[in-house]
Amino acid sequence: MSEQAPLLHVDSLSKAFGALRATDQVTLEVRAGETHAIIGPNGAGKTTLIGQLAGNLQPDSGHIRFAGEDITRLAPPARSRKGLARSFQITSVYRDFTALDNVALAVQAHSGSSFRFWRPARRDRTLREPARTILDEVGLGGRADVLAANLAHGEQRQLEIAMVLATRPRLMLLDEPMAGMGTDESQRIVRFLGSLKGRHTMILVEHDMDAVFALADRISVLVYGRIVATGTPAEIRANPEVRSAYLGEDES
Amino acid sequence: MRSSARTVTIFVVLAALAAVPPVAALLGQPFYLDLFRRIMIFAIAALSLNLILGYGGMVSFGHAAYLGIGGYAVGILAHHGIHDGFLQFGVAIVASAAIALVIGAISIRTSGVYFIMITLAFTQMLFYLGISLDEYGGDDGMRLAAHTRFAGLLDLRDPTPFYYFVLVILAGLLYLVHRLVGSRFGIVLRATKSNEARTRAIGFSPYLYKLAAFVIAGAMCGVAGALFVNQTAYLTPAFMSWTRSGEIMFMVILGGMATLIGPVLGAAALLLLEDLLQSWTEHWQIILGPVLVLVVLFAKRGLAGLLPGGRRHE
Repeated sequence: MSEQAPLLHVDSLSKAFGALRATDQVTLEVRAGETHAIIGPNGAGKTTLIGQLAGNLQPDSGHIRFAGEDITRLAPPARSRKGLARSFQITSVYRDFTALDNVALAVQAHSGSSFRFWRPARRDRTLREPARTILDEVGLGGRADVLAANLAHGEQRQLEIAMVLATRPRLMLLDEPMAGMGTDESQRIVRFLGSLKGRHTMILVEHDMDAVFALADRISVLVYGRIVATGTPAEIRANPEVRSAYLGEDES
Repeated sequence: MRSSARTVTIFVVLAALAAVPPVAALLGQPFYLDLFRRIMIFAIAALSLNLILGYGGMVSFGHAAYLGIGGYAVGILAHHGIHDGFLQFGVAIVASAAIALVIGAISIRTSGVYFIMITLAFTQMLFYLGISLDEYGGDDGMRLAAHTRFAGLLDLRDPTPFYYFVLVILAGLLYLVHRLVGSRFGIVLRATKSNEARTRAIGFSPYLYKLAAFVIAGAMCGVAGALFVNQTAYLTPAFMSWTRSGEIMFMVILGGMATLIGPVLGAAALLLLEDLLQSWTEHWQIILGPVLVLVVLFAKRGLAGLLPGGRRHE
């Protein structure tokens, strides 16, 4: 494909749960700077695939190479430190911390040792200031001091993305960032993700087809654990196999 | 605002504790000196458990182990004629930390009910080890040969100086825990309790943070043990009995988990209630049980949650 090596190279990845082949010989390349969407009907194995990319699940066979390094066996914290950051489909924030605390902690994870036992972390400007900047960027600047538990659902989704950004990732794994959002909120997130395009490399797993076609440079279609097609949005729209397997119902 | 109310509460409690010796002397009731010193020693033990239980989410059901190790360190050294406080307390701290390192390194690989059971099992092992130490009294225990002495400074045989020594240590450890839980380290520990999957996803490996907290808590409780053997002047394996672990845990829950003052309030409430009920009836535990159930049901944040500014340490 491209001349330069891809940032993420997934090679013949397989994972079975009993007789169910949830991931079946998946091969996938994500180039630096691109927004790569993974779509597929319910039960296609998107969550299983994300789990393996983030390190929460171990594949039965196959390899994952990230920035030229085999990370197949690395645990999630080590992948995060190498620059692979994920968001969760079901909102996963620190509910009893403020929005700013949440983001500052993600900054802290990537700025030196946390075996520091004395100085108050909440007065550490090297953590608070970058965290504030990121909250402003995702549009939560005015909600910095609100407990995450008290944020609206859409705001919690924004906080998820803020925490991903705060780890200064080389690749963002966004697992249904628009899940459970209203139309207005989700359009705001699409615009925001659009503003990150080019500056960040993203894998976007999403149900919202309008969002996928608006954002993605390339799309991979997953059906029954297999990638049936990869291409530009236009190619995917035109692909007869994809249309019959997936898009047939709502795109005519 | 909340933070300053909390600080005021802590200073009020410490000032009240500082007033106990003169008041007890005035009332001609030296017994209160003994009771409140005991409360403060258990407050230290509960404070240390709160670090891992309240802030770290590690339900250790074997915290009395470190009370025992601290106690045995002092008792055994005293038995062999070594009474120097710096050495005794140094050994108590190092031994407790070392044992906590071993127990923690294994236990923290498990979670949930397995963690509870494995910490209990380790403490039972130490309990039976204590019983088997015939030279040091075995099952019956032994008298503390002599109280700890800090040459030229302090002899823990003297009730009032001993009382203030415990108070100073309690105050110092309260400040230490306050700094710890607000530091980078403490925030990671609390975040892991709140949401471990997220903590891993942003790049922390929680194991070492939990282990470090476990060791610090063990060392702190070792200090409580060294003080406790001076309090009782008698050393027995019962220091490490599982019911004692349960009592310390109850003090933390009763007082308010993940609050700074909670363990102090919990220790005071439990021991004062025990003392009061004992004076009424020998079946005092029949009354204590339901009272504790009611407190847990109706004061979910513990006693600290009922005080101004005494809510969670945010």
